[in-house]
Amino acid sequence: MNRFDFIAPHNISEAVAAAAEPGSAYLAAGTNLLDLMKIGVSRPVRLIDITRLPGLDRIEWQPDGGVRIGAMVRNSDLAYDPRFARTFPAVAEALLSGASAQLRNAATIGGNLMQRTRCAYFQDTASACNRRVPGSGCDALHGENRLHAVVGWSEHCIATHPSDFCVPLAALDAVVELEGPQGKREIPLEDFHRLPGETPEQETALAPAELIVALRLPAEAARFAANARYLKLRERTSYAFAVVSAAAALEINDGVISHARLALGAIAAKPWRAREAEASLAGAEPTLEAFTRAAGFALADARPSGDNAFKIELARRIAVRALILAAEGTPEVMPALPASPFSTTPGASHVA
Amino acid sequence: MSLDAPSTNARYGSNAGQPLTRRDGVLKVTGRATYAADNHPDGMLYAVTAVSRIARGRVTSLDVEATKAHPGVVEVMTPASRPPLAHDPDEKMPPFGFRIEVLQDSTVRYANQPIALVIAETLEAATEGAALLNPQYDADEPRTGIDDGLRFDPPAVGVGGPPKAAFGDVEAGLAKAAQVLERDYVTPAQYHNAMEPHAVVAEWDGDHVMLDMPNQALAMSCASYATYFGIPPENVTIRSPFLGGGFGSKAIINGPQILAILAARALKRPVKLVLSRAQMYGPVGHRGGTWQKLRIGLNNDGQLTALHHKSISATSSFDDFLEPAANASTHLYASPALLSEHEGIRLDTGTPGPMRAPGEASGSAALEVAIDEAADACGMDPLDFRLHNYAETEPGSGRPFSSKALRECYAEGAKRFGWAGRPLASRQMRDKNGFLVGWGMGTALFPCPHFPAEARATLRADGTALVETAGADMGQGAWTALAQIAAEALGLDPEQVELHSGISTLPDGGIAGGSGHTASAGLALNNAGKDAIAQLSELATNDPASPLFGAGNIGVEARAGRLYRRDDETRSESYAEILARAGRREIVGTAKASRDPAAAEAHAMFSHGAVFAEVKVDPDLGQIRVTRLVGAFAAGRIINPRLVESQYFGGMIWGVSFALHEEAIIDHRTGRIMNADLAEYHVPINADIPSLEAILIPENDPFVNAIGVKGVGEIGITGTVGAIANAIWHATGVRVRKFPVRLEDIIG
Repeated sequence: MNRFDFIAPHNISEAVAAAAEPGSAYLAAGTNLLDLMKIGVSRPVRLIDITRLPGLDRIEWQPDGGVRIGAMVRNSDLAYDPRFARTFPAVAEALLSGASAQLRNAATIGGNLMQRTRCAYFQDTASACNRRVPGSGCDALHGENRLHAVVGWSEHCIATHPSDFCVPLAALDAVVELEGPQGKREIPLEDFHRLPGETPEQETALAPAELIVALRLPAEAARFAANARYLKLRERTSYAFAVVSAAAALEINDGVISHARLALGAIAAKPWRAREAEASLAGAEPTLEAFTRAAGFALADARPSGDNAFKIELARRIAVRALILAAEGTPEVMPALPASPFSTTPGASHVA
Repeated sequence: MSLDAPSTNARYGSNAGQPLTRRDGVLKVTGRATYAADNHPDGMLYAVTAVSRIARGRVTSLDVEATKAHPGVVEVMTPASRPPLAHDPDEKMPPFGFRIEVLQDSTVRYANQPIALVIAETLEAATEGAALLNPQYDADEPRTGIDDGLRFDPPAVGVGGPPKAAFGDVEAGLAKAAQVLERDYVTPAQYHNAMEPHAVVAEWDGDHVMLDMPNQALAMSCASYATYFGIPPENVTIRSPFLGGGFGSKAIINGPQILAILAARALKRPVKLVLSRAQMYGPVGHRGGTWQKLRIGLNNDGQLTALHHKSISATSSFDDFLEPAANASTHLYASPALLSEHEGIRLDTGTPGPMRAPGEASGSAALEVAIDEAADACGMDPLDFRLHNYAETEPGSGRPFSSKALRECYAEGAKRFGWAGRPLASRQMRDKNGFLVGWGMGTALFPCPHFPAEARATLRADGTALVETAGADMGQGAWTALAQIAAEALGLDPEQVELHSGISTLPDGGIAGGSGHTASAGLALNNAGKDAIAQLSELATNDPASPLFGAGNIGVEARAGRLYRRDDETRSESYAEILARAGRREIVGTAKASRDPAAAEAHAMFSHGAVFAEVKVDPDLGQIRVTRLVGAFAAGRIINPRLVESQYFGGMIWGVSFALHEEAIIDHRTGRIMNADLAEYHVPINADIPSLEAILIPENDPFVNAIGVKGVGEIGITGTVGAIANAIWHATGVRVRKFPVRLEDIIG
């Protein structure tokens, strides 16, 4: 790891000012950044410690029923917040399906949005990677890419975004609050991560030195509380990134879907909101046929980026399953294996 | 767990010992067990290897100046500056040592090969110094795939095993068969991934060196290090009280540790080297990939007419360790004709080595699936089929087994699992949630190697004992089981026996490998204890003041810290009394023990078992979950049922890992492993292992050694891999012949 300066600012403006120096990086829990520094992928010359900034670790309920989550709230604290888990159950389930208990206890909400791709070629400094070194090429394109993107990719980058948390956030119209040298602004979560196009190194919409200070879920996202699930296929039962995942949320009135939300994970460089699929479900009855049609819309533009055609079919199937499970209703208690297809095993809950 | 013991041939009323908890358990859970890298002698430096990012070619330049300019860097060792060694690293080191990569030249033979060593005042400085070397290469096309490597006929497989076994006429057997099954199976390269990385803290004092390092073979390693450094073996001391897992990878000398020891000598300061996780994917061994073919001839009665098992096994371009996979077929099922054979393939990887049932695991994975396919082809239940082809004597040789309670394993395992009533066809069972359910089984088999070992048992004036052997506790519980064996030989409670182990200055405890440590070191301790008791008896029976005087011909028995006259229980004396009257502070018993060659010649010696698996599979999504594993194993005398059950669990868990998780993913364009970390190289986590049952089948083996102990460390992985793959077929109708089984294999 390279030598770096360590700055501990007292407030957000000091932090933003410090980060304006080139080569700076914000350090929250460091569960991703420090690993990347150890393997030489990330070599910041200044770390701006934001763990001690005041006011970033609160879960604040808005008068209208929405919620504002400070960027330094820990994944576990949010997932186990009773009101939050009740109101936004798919988000809580996604959080608990990610990483390990130890990592969730450390990792932060803001950091989750900032995590980098797990593409092996991004992490291997001897490989060409346009995301890591612009213009160097993409060794993943004809490499070991069975888990790479099947939508939204380009010849320049076929990486996926690894977050579980961001998938239901995209579905539920979450908003990211930023503060930077130019002041405060906010952007939809859906626009926060960028598709690679010709500039895969531009991973997010953040301007230089901008800091995520909070995340908001709007009150209207609570309407799905009774019918919301996150489902994740992975190659071991926990502590594994998704092969494909889906967040599905339905509002069902008198046997008819009035509003539907669907987003897919691990298939693109960003959480993949499927608006056409959502539109196809509005006004439909919650049937297998409707869900299958919707899933078809969600993957209509999918094409393999390599040895990964199976992910398209799997993504279609998991979208259908997530919609079925959402229609069946949010489980009364968090399942023992959050987001697992085997979470239906009765009699076991996540918290003993 | 069964604690049932046979009524015959019992020792002290039972053939199974006491289920004592681990002697080192409290130390470990309170963090007071110090591992090699926990040592920090004064003035210690940190060494970090720089490793190659190409798999074949040579290093053309290293920016040594940039590295040396980095604050804290003390020295950079490259092929140009590496001090000489007394042994040519391109020559093998008998008995098991490989050619090693220690900067002898600029050649690169595999990705992650050490190409320089950076020594610095801090770990961070050494790490960054290594990163600053900016190596330039002259790269050749790497050969890491089955189609790339050079094929050859190996003179030996594994650690010197025969590459071929044959009896009967296989082609004739296949020709006359009612049907012939021919199937190909692939197993990937796997890496040991012990929790504790390879580490060494080396400190020289003149021409003596102290090495703190995890090590599975202390005496052998001392001799090897001595040869490399040109000093007498007794000048090398290895301390290895605890190992955070070995799995075979810590029994064999590797390059990075040699370099660190060399650096300590050159710089005259203690040096610590700890490999990073990624650096463990190269110079410290792995399980080589295999491409196996099985041909099975079957008659109309569901019996084998011939069995042909061939494995193409990968090794490195410069040394030979071939996964002896085909040998898994040579001792298990009855067949009038058998041919097991190996072909080598040279790949640009580090040299493979022994890993978790080397050969047996990968060979069993293929064989047990093939046998399941054969049973299906005959329309027979897989258990019935195996019983139908049961080997009463060793196939080929006809030698008797020293003991073989495999029938009992089949019967008890099937009963506990509830195998009866299993539908023959696949895709017949669903649970109430709609998941496909499948049941599969596999036979487990593992040989019983025995390594020469030595031990010392000292009876002390207070009637307690100190027993010593240079063994290794990798987590299996050796400290506990070995003390139990010694205590029994000494007629003491285990609490009265202090065990010293894990340092090379003690009597040679042999190798903690091949599942043979308890038997090998245990026999030595048993014999040393008996030697001490014999000396004590001599004292007592020749002492007119002793109640045992004159009992020499009748004999005495050692029990609960006293010697008893065999024919008169009322005449006895405590050890302490005997020693006190004789004016002795202690009595020292010693032993050098090995297996009786005549018994070994006359018998085939194996542990056996049967593993039954239940899986559930999501019919649409292909997600697989092992929901039950029941293993029944017969491995001779069981010293400590609690620890043995744990060993079986461990083996079965590694079986899950082999079947569903482990695989090194190699980019064949570069020869680099793309998942060299524990986030992406998957091993199971707790939630993957829902329910395990290990049944300890009683077995008395009078031939394997005087203590009747076989070995339990590795057998659990055999049988399990096939059982899971077979259960997946039974659930889904999909026969997967390439491990690990993946989602896309199931959804088609």
